[in-house]
Amino acid sequence: MNVIHKTRQATDDLSVYGVEVGSRLLLGTSQYPSPAILNAAVQASGTSVVTVSLRREAARGGAQGFFEMVQSWGVRILPNTAGCRSPKEAITTAQMARELFDTTWVKLEVIANDDTLQPDLFGLVEAAAELSSQGFDVFPYTTEDLGAAERLMAAGCQVLMPWGAPIGTGKGLANPYALRTMRNYFPGVPLVVDAGMGAPSHAAYAMELGYDAVLLNTAVAKAGDPVRMAEAFGSAVRAGRSAFVSGLMEPREMAEPSTPVAGTPFFDLTT
Amino acid sequence: MDGIRQRETEPDPGLVVLSVNGERRETGSSTLEEMVRELGYGDARIATAVNGEFVAAGARAACRLQAGDRVEIVAPRQGG
Repeated sequence: MNVIHKTRQATDDLSVYGVEVGSRLLLGTSQYPSPAILNAAVQASGTSVVTVSLRREAARGGAQGFFEMVQSWGVRILPNTAGCRSPKEAITTAQMARELFDTTWVKLEVIANDDTLQPDLFGLVEAAAELSSQGFDVFPYTTEDLGAAERLMAAGCQVLMPWGAPIGTGKGLANPYALRTMRNYFPGVPLVVDAGMGAPSHAAYAMELGYDAVLLNTAVAKAGDPVRMAEAFGSAVRAGRSAFVSGLMEPREMAEPSTPVAGTPFFDLTT
Repeated sequence: MDGIRQRETEPDPGLVVLSVNGERRETGSSTLEEMVRELGYGDARIATAVNGEFVAAGARAACRLQAGDRVEIVAPRQGG
């Protein structure tokens, strides 16, 4: 039996910053072939939290239409600070996002490296502390590093979002051992695997490990049929969650018949 | 060499030279609020920063622009 699931509440609602989140699939809104497909994919996924961003306003009109579409979904909005390379940039971006989207939630990204898009953990902790002090509810995009995780929590974070694999790679869980360790180390903290998902099985695996939710974008947006893939990820997340709550069997080294041995025909104890 | 020619041209003393979203711009606006309207954003859903510091919508009218200021004007966009 898994130790963690015994500590869970009897109900299976995910609560983050005092908000009950219906679906454990958090979905990004970028890179879809068209607004219509994005709209249909969000509906098909069953998500209750979508990530958005803000960018320089080059052409008026499109951005406002996008915002109206997001509002029509009736889901929670989680603005990101994607592309920010310093705590200062991330903090200012978060402040602009709070005004634009009218939410204290922010997916905090402080990026350290262009090739891996890995988090700058030092800048992340610094920005998280400042934003928390300003009343933000910070969702930090981090790694599996336990020391950084503890610093983030001390900075005020009530949820942690370790990467599965680098953003956009679709490689799934690159380090399941470290993710399992993190899960066991923080049994009561909402943990979300963010980034790197490529297939629904990756998301199901994260949920089977006991993660509270997964956040992904590219795997759905770049699928041949994004709408159907959104549905597939929604199913996978629910399946993985049910599996974790149910308690997975322990693997065994040797085969053991599943059909009863007693009463097997043609089996004679006298010979 | 447009750049050199531009540098040799005396800027209009009534205009302030600054950057908006990374691009050089001359403006007659004296405040951020005026500039946002000058650019046609009106009541559009945007957020602003000057020189890396957030400027709330309600503070734009009091935010005086100076030569060399770096103005950012952002809007909602798809994100992951």
